[in-house]
Amino acid sequence: MIRVELLKLARRPRSWVSVALLCGLPVLVAVFVVVTNLAPPPGQGPALLSDVLSDGSLYPAAALAIVLPVFLPVAVAVVAGDSIAGEASSGMLRYLLTRPVGRARLLGAKLVALMVYVLMAVVLVALTSYATGVALFGSQPVAATPNGLTASNIAATSLSGSALTPAELLLRILGAVIFIAVSMLGVGAIALFLSTITDSSLGAALGALAALVTSEILVTLNSTSSVSPYLPTRYWLSWLDFFREPILWRNIDRGFAVQGVYVAVFLAAAWAHFATKDITS
Amino acid sequence: MIVTRSLTKRFGGFSAVSGVDLEVREGDRYGFLGPNGSGKTTVIRMLLGLVYATSGEIEVLGRRVPRHIGQVLPQVGSLIEGPSAYGHLSGRANLALLDAAGTAGSRRTRRARIDQALQQAGLAGIDNRAVRKYSLGMRQRLGLAAALLRSPRLLILDEPANGLDPQGIREMRDLLTGLNEAGTTVFLSSHQLAEVEQLCTRVGIVDRGRLVLQEDLEALRAPTGRVVVRSPDADRAAAALDGRVQHREGDRLVITETDPAALNARLVTAGIRVAEIAAERRSLEETVLAVTSSGSDHIDRAEHAGRQARQVGGPAR
Repeated sequence: MIRVELLKLARRPRSWVSVALLCGLPVLVAVFVVVTNLAPPPGQGPALLSDVLSDGSLYPAAALAIVLPVFLPVAVAVVAGDSIAGEASSGMLRYLLTRPVGRARLLGAKLVALMVYVLMAVVLVALTSYATGVALFGSQPVAATPNGLTASNIAATSLSGSALTPAELLLRILGAVIFIAVSMLGVGAIALFLSTITDSSLGAALGALAALVTSEILVTLNSTSSVSPYLPTRYWLSWLDFFREPILWRNIDRGFAVQGVYVAVFLAAAWAHFATKDITS
Repeated sequence: MIVTRSLTKRFGGFSAVSGVDLEVREGDRYGFLGPNGSGKTTVIRMLLGLVYATSGEIEVLGRRVPRHIGQVLPQVGSLIEGPSAYGHLSGRANLALLDAAGTAGSRRTRRARIDQALQQAGLAGIDNRAVRKYSLGMRQRLGLAAALLRSPRLLILDEPANGLDPQGIREMRDLLTGLNEAGTTVFLSSHQLAEVEQLCTRVGIVDRGRLVLQEDLEALRAPTGRVVVRSPDADRAAAALDGRVQHREGDRLVITETDPAALNARLVTAGIRVAEIAAERRSLEETVLAVTSSGSDHIDRAEHAGRQARQVGGPAR
């Protein structure tokens, strides 16, 4: 069944179009930056973008920071929201379940397909932006400092950062990719749960996005500080800590833990609801 | 094959199905009839484990549903509330996905299984067009092909003739009769009473969630003990058979008599010309209208409907 779900994902033009758009946005940004040679000053604009001009191999991190706030969650919510609701509205859910595919098995296969999609999207964004970055900005050794990454030519004069070898940089980017994929799985789990409740994939996707927007608004408020550590988007940007020296594990660990709880709770809820639901679509 | 005991389903406060005792025997061609919204589809969904019963028991192929649904469904082919398919894929690709999604069946023989199902459903020469571009009838045939994948022992078909032209309906009838003779039990719901009358051996009728009738078609269509005669000499015939004429309408007489041959001989001997003579049988339509209508107007409405049916082509057939 997992094979079938992956096949369906691969044969759906939407999967490829969304990934292509995700990869295209950082390329567009890079082209503008390189043509104008105007990067936003440090601390403004998307994270890390200011450092990219001096080192293109850092661009995957900047690219992930560009797609993370909106585009990636939208793509994930659409795919996850479609997983059960889409089958229901196309009328295929009843035929799949009577084939028979067990309900838990169907949900599991959908989850695996979702994970593959998320991982593929994040990895492809990282790969294409690496190629873009190196091609457009060139590659220079970078240094990690307690305040984040700095190109080593600046670091040599200003901060006492140690230069990162390409292997180290790759490892850190890999860590960031995994962290972001897990964060997106949290979004996916919420959308998947909503997908078992409604027969409208649009409703499920928008519901999950509404939850995220709510969370992002609450995180910015001082008055919500008591609940903010438990909000799904609280640690979304903590993967930037992979690029500090030494790596700041505290928020990364918390981010993994929070997403793990969200994934577990919403998947359990999705399973409990779907297994006992009357399929009337 | 299918047995339900006091099967009941409530959606909130609404009773969709109440106390249904179905019995479909092996080898039956069972017609499941009833007005729209009478609970047919809900019953079918419960048989297939899609909807869970509020109370009552279901046995399909001798096993309890939904507990053993995983062992039952591989032997059941179904068409539920119209066919569905992934519109952007071809018919063949759709069947391949469905076949791969199920539990049994090796990958090597998949192609052969799909070819056979398409052949049976009359889509053998199908090309790689996306299902989105199929006509209604082609979709219906594809749905039927999906139900026939893996040669099921039991076919549960909801409105299988929908969208088919008369030729297609005829083909489907031949297909289902052929499969049935080869040992497949067929359970189908339909609005087309004439279809069911020609295809089925047994019928069950639901009305407002209750099973109001379940009977062999032969028994339902047994002679009513009356004979319908058409004669140019209707006046003389009425006089000769005085007291036994139940009803007269122009040259058409309804006579209390069980043996049409004897009646015919008697009329002809008396020099009365007979244009048509046949034992009266209740049509399925009369039966359905009788049991699905309610209260005191029940007889009148049945009479009225019966007359219409006979004029269209009742006993003469």
